[in-house]
Amino acid sequence: MTTRITRDELARRIAADIPEGSYVNLGIGAPTLVADFLPDDLEIILHTENGLLGMGPKPDQANLDPDLINAGKEPVTELPGAAFFHHADSFGMMRGGHLDVCVLGAFQVSQTGDLANWSTGRPGAIPAVGGAMDLAIGAKDVYVMTDLLTKQGDSKLVEACTYPLTGVGCVTRVYTDHAVFDVTPDGFRVREAFGDNTVEELERLTGLHLGGSLA
Amino acid sequence: MIDKTVPDAASAVADIPDGATVMIGGFGRAGQPVELIDALIAHGARDLTIINNNAGNGDTGLAALLATGGVRKIVCSFPRQSDSWVFDRLYREGRIELELVPQGNLAERIRAAGAGIGAFFCPTGVGTPLAEGKETRTIDGRQYVLEFPLQADYALISGHRADRWGNVVYRKTARNFGPVMASAARSTIVQVDQLVPLGALDPESVITPGIFVDRVVAVGERPWLRDGAFVGGVDLEGRPDADAGEEIP
Repeated sequence: MTTRITRDELARRIAADIPEGSYVNLGIGAPTLVADFLPDDLEIILHTENGLLGMGPKPDQANLDPDLINAGKEPVTELPGAAFFHHADSFGMMRGGHLDVCVLGAFQVSQTGDLANWSTGRPGAIPAVGGAMDLAIGAKDVYVMTDLLTKQGDSKLVEACTYPLTGVGCVTRVYTDHAVFDVTPDGFRVREAFGDNTVEELERLTGLHLGGSLA
Repeated sequence: MIDKTVPDAASAVADIPDGATVMIGGFGRAGQPVELIDALIAHGARDLTIINNNAGNGDTGLAALLATGGVRKIVCSFPRQSDSWVFDRLYREGRIELELVPQGNLAERIRAAGAGIGAFFCPTGVGTPLAEGKETRTIDGRQYVLEFPLQADYALISGHRADRWGNVVYRKTARNFGPVMASAARSTIVQVDQLVPLGALDPESVITPGIFVDRVVAVGERPWLRDGAFVGGVDLEGRPDADAGEEIP
């Protein structure tokens, strides 16, 4: 039997791996949930690529400010110690290797760490990339947060991505609802399996040879 | 005496010709120079190339400009959003050309233009469809793509306060593309909430020095900043677009 953890549990699991003092960018969508599980007593600085370090939680209705938003264009707050900056500086922080961690969603991740998360390449679809490519190659650690399987049951961990790439060899770790995988020179290695998942079961689900032995 | 102030938004944009390339500041609606865009719509210039991060939200501002049919091409990173129906329709009907640029490359290409850089090697996009056909080079073992500067005839920017020399300060995340765009256009037009006397801005805090600014127009406190009816492309249900542009089919 396979067990899966919830989105919130996965967000909590990722948050637990982020050390105090880290500069962190949480991509739009599910990765923003990670912020809810960062311990209040640790100073972890959130970066939002539209120009803010020290991003705080969503304000209450009375304190919405259209000039203070995150990359998902949702209202946010600024914490004491926050800093604003322009877009070229903001992306320089990524590209220049100053950001410690970013957490991104994915369509597919290959066993060499290639990421596909911006386009399915489907004809007629309107392409939109935003900051995904900059984030993918910029942060020191690129964590992916995703379900292991698509709604159709296909593995998102693949030998080679079939969707258009966001970045080459950029993903360091993949957090899924079944297990956590490190991207190593020898491919994916199971770091931690949730519930009853075993390496053998994960190999069956992904169709990949997975390194790692679980105690 | 230097006085870059102009009386109103209409006169600020009055000389923008057909065929011009116009940078428009803002990320979503934060920092979008709505009054200048409205003036440009009234002015009626056609065949424009617009450079912005997005391609308009809802039916106002940049979206309203697109809806006039006066925009031939848009250069942006993230056109498709939950409320980008104006762009979506024009694009599907083949009535607008799209140049899609990763967001950081967009910012850096604009910065390069303003700083006189001829081109630069950038790691973003290597091995992706957005780097296809571009020159690459391996430097110290890492692969880079050659990217060229992006300049404009005009930049329309929204600041918070300015003086008559064109020194500008911004407000919170509304700063976004303002400083780089101000440097990259032949004529930079800034709308601000408030015009202040020369010397009133702390020189240590000036973000865009007046050398980059040609015209300043005070539009008063933006009503949409306060009225709560419009919160800037913000989805209050907290369900933003996924960072990928599409759903898995």
